Amino acid sequence: MEINFTHKQSAHCENGVVSNLMRFNGFEVSEPMVFGIGSGLLFSYLPFLKVNHAPVVTYRVMPGVIFNRFAKRVGIKVKREKFKSLEKAQERLDQNLKKNNPVGLQVGVYNLGYFPEEYRFHFNAHNMVVYGKKEGTYLISDPVMEDVTSLTEKELEKVRFAKGAFAPKGHIYYPTEFPEKLELKKAIVKGIKHTCKDMTAPIPFVGVKAIRKTAKLIRKWPSKKGVKTANHYLGQIVRMQEEIGTGGGGFRYIYGAFLQEASKVLDNQELSALSKEITQIGDLWRDFAVDASRIYKNRSATEDGYNKVADQLASIADKEEAFFKKLKKAV
Amino acid sequence: MKKNEVPQDKSNLESANIKEMYYAVDENGEYTTELSTGWDPKTIALDNAIKEIEERTEIARQKVLNDKASPIEYYMELHKMDVGILASYMGMWAWRVKRHFKPSVFKKLSKNTLQKYAEVFDISVEQLKHIDK
Repeated sequence: MEINFTHKQSAHCENGVVSNLMRFNGFEVSEPMVFGIGSGLLFSYLPFLKVNHAPVVTYRVMPGVIFNRFAKRVGIKVKREKFKSLEKAQERLDQNLKKNNPVGLQVGVYNLGYFPEEYRFHFNAHNMVVYGKKEGTYLISDPVMEDVTSLTEKELEKVRFAKGAFAPKGHIYYPTEFPEKLELKKAIVKGIKHTCKDMTAPIPFVGVKAIRKTAKLIRKWPSKKGVKTANHYLGQIVRMQEEIGTGGGGFRYIYGAFLQEASKVLDNQELSALSKEITQIGDLWRDFAVDASRIYKNRSATEDGYNKVADQLASIADKEEAFFKKLKKAV
Repeated sequence: MKKNEVPQDKSNLESANIKEMYYAVDENGEYTTELSTGWDPKTIALDNAIKEIEERTEIARQKVLNDKASPIEYYMELHKMDVGILASYMGMWAWRVKRHFKPSVFKKLSKNTLQKYAEVFDISVEQLKHIDK
């Protein structure tokens, strides 16, 4: 069976799944709108948690959080299910497809065959929609792909039951109840306020404080960890910032698109100006990535190079702090 | 970033026919999207990460050939895993997996455990025991 489902590419997988599922249910909501209302933007540095042998840096909230916040704020209900049994997981998916209900899936990337080999890491927070099944093959709408694709039963089972951090455990999710009309205005304000709170939180691991902390550590890495490890860590930051799904500049551009759209919905000129400001901050993040890549490209970096990129980060932290204070007052 | 500044550098995304989506502003300052074939600073970071894994894998391979480690450590690195991920796939505590890195412990592993490792790495038990096969 094949459900009449419109696939639209997005920058980020979770926003894209939500946006595409909403469209299927008759609500047109853009990717930046989902991201902004779901308070997706963040900066967080978790030195005690390591992935690929480097401390975790993230520019977005935890997987699943965007959809949950978005749903709560616009008044839709989401059903989520995880499974212990592989058979049950497939059975439930097939039941939904039979009922003409496309579902969102959380999957691991490592065994996702249509990704280039170099991109297949043990990353378990990828999202896709399954919108049909034909002769034992599942029809897949992966939001980061230009076109729809497909996976065999075995292939899908493997990615649904990937193991490690954030193991999906066959996780499926889909919206079940909708309001008559989507009330975006209040939801936008709530989403913005939440992001402002996160980004200016008085905790060293989150928001602008975490950016400053990262800058400080970068200065110490070459002498404390050695150039090789320092470069590996720096590379990991750039990868998290610019990996597929960020829309560029560590999600700052998607957020700019959200503020521009929000300024029209709320008829608030200030948000339009702030959209320009976060776009410029996004450009600074890109400059940071360019300079960081120069360091690890040459492998013969001087302390000076690390200090320079650390200065860039510290300056970004100041700008983002001012930005989120203004943004809080603007709504 | 302006729409016409969205990078179109060469990258290995091309091999899988993937283009990634950027958000950028057009000439009227309106946000829009644009597809990109890749961006060098990012490609360099990814290449370095891959090289790092290849180095780790080669070190593990040498250790196995010199009887300093069991093949499990080698296959773990080859599959870009760390002990935590492998333990999760095996349904075991990490310290047990780590113990299996010792050649002396590996030699005494049960058929079932070997079979399970082989399944996780998608190879035969024979290949698990002899990394050059």
